Amino acid sequence: MGGWAIAVHGGAGVDPNLPKERQEGAKRLLTRCLDLGISALRSSLLPIDVVELVIRELESDPLFNSGRGSALTAEGAAEMEASIMDGVGRRCGAVSGVTTVKNPISLARLVMDKSPHSYLAFSGAEDFAKQQGVELVDNDYFITEDNLGMLKLAKEANSIIFDYRIPLTGSDSCGAAADSPPLKMNGLPISVYAPETVGCVVVDGEGRCAAGTSTGGLMNKMSGRIGDSPLIGSGTYACDVCAVSCTGEGEAIIRGTLARDVAAVMEYKGMGLQEAVDFVIERRLDGGGQAGLIAVSSKGEVACGFNSVGMFRGCANEDGFMEVGIWDQ
Amino acid sequence: MGWAIALHGGAGDIPRSLPPDRRQPREAALRHSLQVGVAAIKAGRSPLDVVELVVRELEDHPHFNAGRGSVLTSDGTVEMEACIMDGNTKRCGAVSGLTTVKNAISLARLVMEKTPHIYLGFDGAEAFARDQGVETIESSHFITPENIERLKQAKEANRVQIDYTEPLTKVEEAPPSNGDSQLGTVGCVAVDGKGNLATATSTGGLVNKMAGRIGDTPIIGAGTYANKLCAVSATGKGEAIIRATVGRDVAALMEYKGLSLKEAATYVIEECAPSRTAGLVAVSATGDVAMPFNTVGMFRACATEDGYTEVAIWDDETCS
Repeated sequence: MGGWAIAVHGGAGVDPNLPKERQEGAKRLLTRCLDLGISALRSSLLPIDVVELVIRELESDPLFNSGRGSALTAEGAAEMEASIMDGVGRRCGAVSGVTTVKNPISLARLVMDKSPHSYLAFSGAEDFAKQQGVELVDNDYFITEDNLGMLKLAKEANSIIFDYRIPLTGSDSCGAAADSPPLKMNGLPISVYAPETVGCVVVDGEGRCAAGTSTGGLMNKMSGRIGDSPLIGSGTYACDVCAVSCTGEGEAIIRGTLARDVAAVMEYKGMGLQEAVDFVIERRLDGGGQAGLIAVSSKGEVACGFNSVGMFRGCANEDGFMEVGIWDQ
Repeated sequence: MGWAIALHGGAGDIPRSLPPDRRQPREAALRHSLQVGVAAIKAGRSPLDVVELVVRELEDHPHFNAGRGSVLTSDGTVEMEACIMDGNTKRCGAVSGLTTVKNAISLARLVMEKTPHIYLGFDGAEAFARDQGVETIESSHFITPENIERLKQAKEANRVQIDYTEPLTKVEEAPPSNGDSQLGTVGCVAVDGKGNLATATSTGGLVNKMAGRIGDTPIIGAGTYANKLCAVSATGKGEAIIRATVGRDVAALMEYKGLSLKEAATYVIEECAPSRTAGLVAVSATGDVAMPFNTVGMFRACATEDGYTEVAIWDDETCS
């Protein structure tokens, strides 16, 4: 107890029929990111630096929905958002509506470190990016063939978006039986749904925690739609007891102020990390909302929880524990 | 039990020397908005309707930093944001970066009711406004000579101004710049006799803010929050309110530690938010009201079913 710990995620809500090689590819990426983070921790990088580093890696890989490989807006463009929070001092930074910034998580960090504000969006965020000299690319860089295909399917599936209010009648098993209603997340059939985010949480040997989350958002979203990922207290939170990053149905995460609530039940009810994670997943996702989260505590614990079908995730701690997974624990 | 309503027009270093011509119109506006809210509650309107109505009044009033009278970005433009939340269902709606929408709070409500999303910003929000046919006005409508002057002073002082009510006549009297104040937000919380709760907050943000800057107002759990226990609307320095997750924490303390509304609200303002950064108005399902602030003053008003009313700015005088 009391050593470093790290967790990463690549989104909650996974198609049970996801081809094997895609599953293996995801696990390899998660493993690579964990190794990167572990190596950084062993080199005594601060948790906030480790979080940024790992998320940059996830953003640069087209596999998950952030940076390159982001889900696309209704117009077929990538519109990204991210937030980062340092448990030390609870400093935070967030961005939304970025379209040319190669690594949104790094821009969020600059908002935290180099601007008088906490959250910048759209053209204001892009202007700040230019001023700061961060690496800029054409929006095309972020768009993959895969996602163009998914966008088309989402439009066909008529992801009119009112559907997600219908509570899932489903299944808590990994597979959907042929005669049960199709699994859905955010109104899209799970085969079309793109898990929404990537995230990372880290604690070092001194108990300092940090968290970060990055995403392209909801497939086929209205331009201008902001989800939970850049919202401190919802998608991301870190303080002196823990750090949390969430993923899943944005509305449910925001209404449940999920990330803050993990810390709040630890602080105000004295719960331990896993207990807090379980409590929040069980009790704070009312109305059928599906989501997952990863968390670390200042004591060096690591935990994850989700009520969706699957969550891409990996965790490791200084004791040598390491696990990468997709399906139920 | 019984209904209760509370509203604010911003917390900050409001100087006691505030001249009558700056003080009286605001007090009158607080009083008027309170009357509008009380009448609506008595007429049986839902708390969600009531908070929207009251905030619309405050947005239309040019002396508060929301809607007309919004402070200006460093580009001399307005970028307004707002957020509304229903306690029972925890449904919510938020908007940011509005430039032509007459009542941001009403657009936030439409986001909540007419889209599967919670939060729309900037061009996307403006486009949605047009789709919905809400009232839009040329941007210049929102800009007041006072705010043009404030921006000028802030630029001259080369910093972001935290107290928009005080002209910077003397540098030594000017409050210290901390870069992320959000003075002058408006907000309203209400509960009906059955314990239904709602909250609404609206703002122009920070004088001389960077274009694209978002504050605490549209962030659920920070500037705005409601659940079945209480409804909260906060005001002050955006960054501090975000970090302290003010809105959510008031409710969390009630729920997880069994504190009363007043205890929870006081604790958050006194212990969780740094000094001189925040204030809030809150009501509980049982009709309690709390309006704590750790700044010099907060424009505020409240009324409860048992006949209590208050309109105040500082902490040791009321002017009802």
